[in-house]
Amino acid sequence: MTMTTFHWTIAGIWGVLAVASAIVYWISRRSDKDMSELVQRTQSWWVMVAIFTAAFLVSNTISIIVFAIISFLALKEYFSMIPTRRTDRRVLFWAYLAIPVQYFWVYDSYYGMFAVFIPVYMFLFLPFASLLSQQTDGFLRAVGTLNWGLMLCVFSISHAAFLLILPATSGNASGGAGLLLFLIFLTQFNDVAQYTWGKLFGKRKIIPGVSPNKTWEGFLGGVVTTFILALITAPLVTPFGLVHAAAAGVLIPVAGFIGDVTVSALKRDLGVKDTGSLIPGHGGILDRIDSLTFTAPLFFHFTRYFYY
Amino acid sequence: MLQKVFYVFVKTGVLFLLGLNVRRKELLPAKGPAIIVANHNSHLDTMVLMALMPLSKLKDIKPVAAADYFFSSPLKAWISEHVLGIIPVERQRKDKTADPLEGCYDALGEGKVLILFPEGSRGQPEEMTDLKKGVSFLAERFPEAPVVPVFTHGLGKALPKGSFLLVPFFCDIFVGEPVTWEGDRTQFMSRLKDSFNTLSTEKIFAPWE
Repeated sequence: MTMTTFHWTIAGIWGVLAVASAIVYWISRRSDKDMSELVQRTQSWWVMVAIFTAAFLVSNTISIIVFAIISFLALKEYFSMIPTRRTDRRVLFWAYLAIPVQYFWVYDSYYGMFAVFIPVYMFLFLPFASLLSQQTDGFLRAVGTLNWGLMLCVFSISHAAFLLILPATSGNASGGAGLLLFLIFLTQFNDVAQYTWGKLFGKRKIIPGVSPNKTWEGFLGGVVTTFILALITAPLVTPFGLVHAAAAGVLIPVAGFIGDVTVSALKRDLGVKDTGSLIPGHGGILDRIDSLTFTAPLFFHFTRYFYY
Repeated sequence: MLQKVFYVFVKTGVLFLLGLNVRRKELLPAKGPAIIVANHNSHLDTMVLMALMPLSKLKDIKPVAAADYFFSSPLKAWISEHVLGIIPVERQRKDKTADPLEGCYDALGEGKVLILFPEGSRGQPEEMTDLKKGVSFLAERFPEAPVVPVFTHGLGKALPKGSFLLVPFFCDIFVGEPVTWEGDRTQFMSRLKDSFNTLSTEKIFAPWE
């Protein structure tokens, strides 16, 4: 196997993780505070990067299945933490079934259906399925919350998988896989960067009513770091020229921040700290992909508009 | 063997379709004689509690269940006995001379771990009813056996009584400190009840009405 720039980029991500782990190890040795959560969090990153690397290297189909599973876990987490009605058990079941169908459109490269299946067909079908129980108490809240969950956990996330289907072009030999790698890496890196800048220099609160730990320093530090990283990595795995790389380098950190605080608002409303406990040190899976729910569709349409 | 194969599937299903968040798993008894008492919402309860145990231990873990339900037909009886390892208990006693808990005493005497649902029935999903006092007789006869309360939430949402459609939900399992026998049945039951009350308020659950 010859190493392409795509493979080198993945190797680079492992390098970044190794350096970050070394720093975390050094800090946890030096500090007398309890650093177990940070250590756990770093360990979880190794597992997540390993899963993605394996999926990327094996095949597109495996990667699509991995995203379908992520959507399933996220939707299950969402349904487990929101108020639901007993009469809607069957409706929840239909909502889960939308996952394999939606990801089949991805696998099938059927863009037209991919784009409308959830926002049109499931949107119309779920309230119908719900009214069959003839229980109108809480009907509006039920269909509203179910549809929002389906949009957030399935429709949004499936855009990341659809990037995989985009073919290689003359300017970008790694094709869709390269774009997906770019999106995932920058989205997740931006989360860490915003957190780290905030921890180190955070002073001025940015949106205390929703997320009291988020600061302007963290947000702007993250945007600048991610922006620079976008300029460096774009020539390796994307067809972007300098202008588009710069635009993506702003779009991803800003959208990621908004996705993050949107899920924070949801958690605040429900009175929970984490969406779950699936990923040690991180919380639930929704805590991990909250920014991706916003960056995936926006980055996808950005790319599609300019290049496909 | 059959039981192990069955529970490999159950463990996979539980892991993927449900997903469990277990608090203080280390308090589950590692060896018998011991009694696990849990609230009862769903057919999934027994299987999930069994799935928490290592495969090699399964043969020593015995769910206690209603004879009138699980042994009502020859096929059910065979599955209940050989795959699930159930100890039957008569809920409506016909023969007044036989002790309905005889099978439980025998199993504890052999050093098994019993799984007991003192509510006696699954009842309304995610609602706890009064505890039947049978467990206090067992504790009295085997005072050295720890009685470990386990509160589960979510299994009744995933598969409530009367439904065959499994809808995935993450489920919470709270294992409590063992309740020890101190010589009085009423007092034992009230301490067990208190323990369940504490466990069930450990987390705020999403409303489900």
